[in-house]
Amino acid sequence: MSDSETPMLDELEKGPWPSFVTEIKRMADRKPAAKDLLGQMELSFRDKVTHWKHGGIVGVTGYGGGVIGRYSDSPEQFPNVAAFHTFRVNQPSGWLYSTKALRKVCDVWEKYGSGLTNMHGSTGDIILLGANTENLQPAFNALSDEAGFDLGGSGSVLRTPSCCIGPARCEWSCIDTLDLCNDLTHTYQDQLHRPAWPYKFKFKIAGCPNDCVASIARADMPIIGTWRDSLRIDQDAVREYVANGLDLQGEVISRCPTDALEWDAAAKELKVKAEDCVRCMHCINRMPKAIRPGVEKGATILIGGKAPIMRGALLSWVLVPFMKMEPPYTEFKELVEKIWDWWDENARTRERVGELIERMGMWRFLRDIGLKPLPQMVFQPRSNPYVFWPEEGE
Amino acid sequence: MATDIGPPDFREMMHPALKENYGKWKYHEILRPGVLKHVSETGGEVYTVRVGSPRLVSIDFIRDICDIADKYCDGHLRFTSRHSIEFMTADESKVQPLIDEIKSYNLPVGGTGTSVTNIVHTQGWVHCHSAATDASAPVKAIMDELYEYFGSMTLPAQLRIAFACCLNMCGAIHCSDIAIVGIHRRPPKVDDERVGAVCEIPTTLASCPTGAIRRHPDANVKSVVVNEERCMYCGNCFTVCPAMPIADAEGDGVAIYVGGKVSNARTGPMFSRLAIPFLPNTPPRWPETVDAVKNIVEVYAQHARKWERVGEWIERVGWETFFRLTGIPFTEQHIDDFAHAVGTFRTTTNFKW
Repeated sequence: MSDSETPMLDELEKGPWPSFVTEIKRMADRKPAAKDLLGQMELSFRDKVTHWKHGGIVGVTGYGGGVIGRYSDSPEQFPNVAAFHTFRVNQPSGWLYSTKALRKVCDVWEKYGSGLTNMHGSTGDIILLGANTENLQPAFNALSDEAGFDLGGSGSVLRTPSCCIGPARCEWSCIDTLDLCNDLTHTYQDQLHRPAWPYKFKFKIAGCPNDCVASIARADMPIIGTWRDSLRIDQDAVREYVANGLDLQGEVISRCPTDALEWDAAAKELKVKAEDCVRCMHCINRMPKAIRPGVEKGATILIGGKAPIMRGALLSWVLVPFMKMEPPYTEFKELVEKIWDWWDENARTRERVGELIERMGMWRFLRDIGLKPLPQMVFQPRSNPYVFWPEEGE
Repeated sequence: MATDIGPPDFREMMHPALKENYGKWKYHEILRPGVLKHVSETGGEVYTVRVGSPRLVSIDFIRDICDIADKYCDGHLRFTSRHSIEFMTADESKVQPLIDEIKSYNLPVGGTGTSVTNIVHTQGWVHCHSAATDASAPVKAIMDELYEYFGSMTLPAQLRIAFACCLNMCGAIHCSDIAIVGIHRRPPKVDDERVGAVCEIPTTLASCPTGAIRRHPDANVKSVVVNEERCMYCGNCFTVCPAMPIADAEGDGVAIYVGGKVSNARTGPMFSRLAIPFLPNTPPRWPETVDAVKNIVEVYAQHARKWERVGEWIERVGWETFFRLTGIPFTEQHIDDFAHAVGTFRTTTNFKW
């Protein structure tokens, strides 16, 4: 029995959490690329650096993205990952799958690729990890024609939108996140596949302010379900929680950020001052059987979120406090297309929309887009007194 | 071959119980770690079993979970936004056999409620050219160490860990209870001959957040020069100019940031903030990083009140208390020096000893 060629990687097969090394090894017998990936990873562990070269433009006919080029910097040692490109495959909304559809993707990848995947990448796409250059077009043809899947976005495009599970299973979903995500993805196929913009742009769609897709942190334009009226309280259910030992005061009422909840001891009722509620979801999270969102539902639209590069990370901020979201989502699409035009017109290369607004000023952005300033857009008004007074008509 | 067909319609992917009760769900309960029960307004029910998974899986793994889904879940399953798998059934009697089958594959059930959920992470040395560290390996090592927390709900609140292999932070991990990011600590090495061949000089100059890059002073040399004192090794120049590699086996490592959150519950979204500026890359299992993360989790678990996220706990007790309780040193690197830095300085005498 020979010594293992990957003694360091083997250490990562120990321990209770399922091991990615085991997964790569599962493909190594029948896929030389997987075997070489193990070898190159082991080398990286010894050298403590990556062994992947920078970029490389590869693609499929008709698209300017969706395929990430990747080349090994040690091709003589690991010839089967000399070219090891990646597909981003647009996931169904909510990452819902039939096994029939998933198996088709597996079959395509068995034939044309390394057999390794990420379920899923951070933006939300299925990642098919590692194909050589000759197989790119045939793999895409099979994905599209046989499996019924398309590529996602990469580069300076609309990146693949993603959403939470929404009304398919969540009682808190205030908008149809799945339909909206699907609709926007299909409407904006051209913007998704063909890079024409200064940089990337991301939608993320959450059904409620719990924001299970981290849209405020991660999207240029989050769409977050909300309600405009009062949350609904079932008093019998409240009393049942209390009877079962819930510390209503300590765990719910005192945690309300705006003091909007009150326990009426005489009537034994939990009361909410709707005008003080900011819809943070905490009380609903604690008492799902007793408290529900309101019924006048729509979405809050935010703008500007991004990761650190280049001028620092930004959290998205409120742009439209309430918008009804009904198919075909015309009001939303009109707004977003105005924003894209403004950003495309004014941005530097690789400048995200949030950075552009920071550079040009919210007042100019709002004027150009045609939105009125609202106090809901800010935590506080400015304190610094360097205030512009643009001429009328500017 | 057809292009622009877009993703398949989610309506064809839904379990029948989801379809029947679409938009009509009323409430849910967490029956036990990893097991949810949703009930609809018309009395419909669906049980969900959440299962931890690596992000990197083989097609054989996918076929295995498809086999499970075919057997117990009417041929449907889904994935969560944190690489976990969810199996759903409307039939309560199938739940335990489903769990038993999942466990026979050595897959963990959990990640619900006040648990450590699955770690969102990036490609690392598996596939990324700009990685300052690996991702899958330290993630595996951390989840091995925190395994009990995944399958239980004993923490004050949910605890989300995320891992990025460089400052690009694909996945925007910067609003996590514990965020681990690969970092460089040495400036890039400019290859003057290659710069002229593969880089666009204006783009390279513009890529530097601190303006540390300028044209090479010799007009005959089509290259750039880095003012190393102004370089904070973000690596954005390498992203736009392959001829300025920045990876360095001894300089590179990881930093740990804490206290972020993305939800609006009780408090709005918050960035994670620097806790530990540097830990070395120590393949294959990154023991220093694992120990550091475990320490933070345990201190938080011991001191935070119920329903306080890490960041909310720290805001209440003060960062001075965080550093004291965890024993993590506070250094000059913890104090911001980029744009908006002054906004983080403590402009009040309200501090603890």
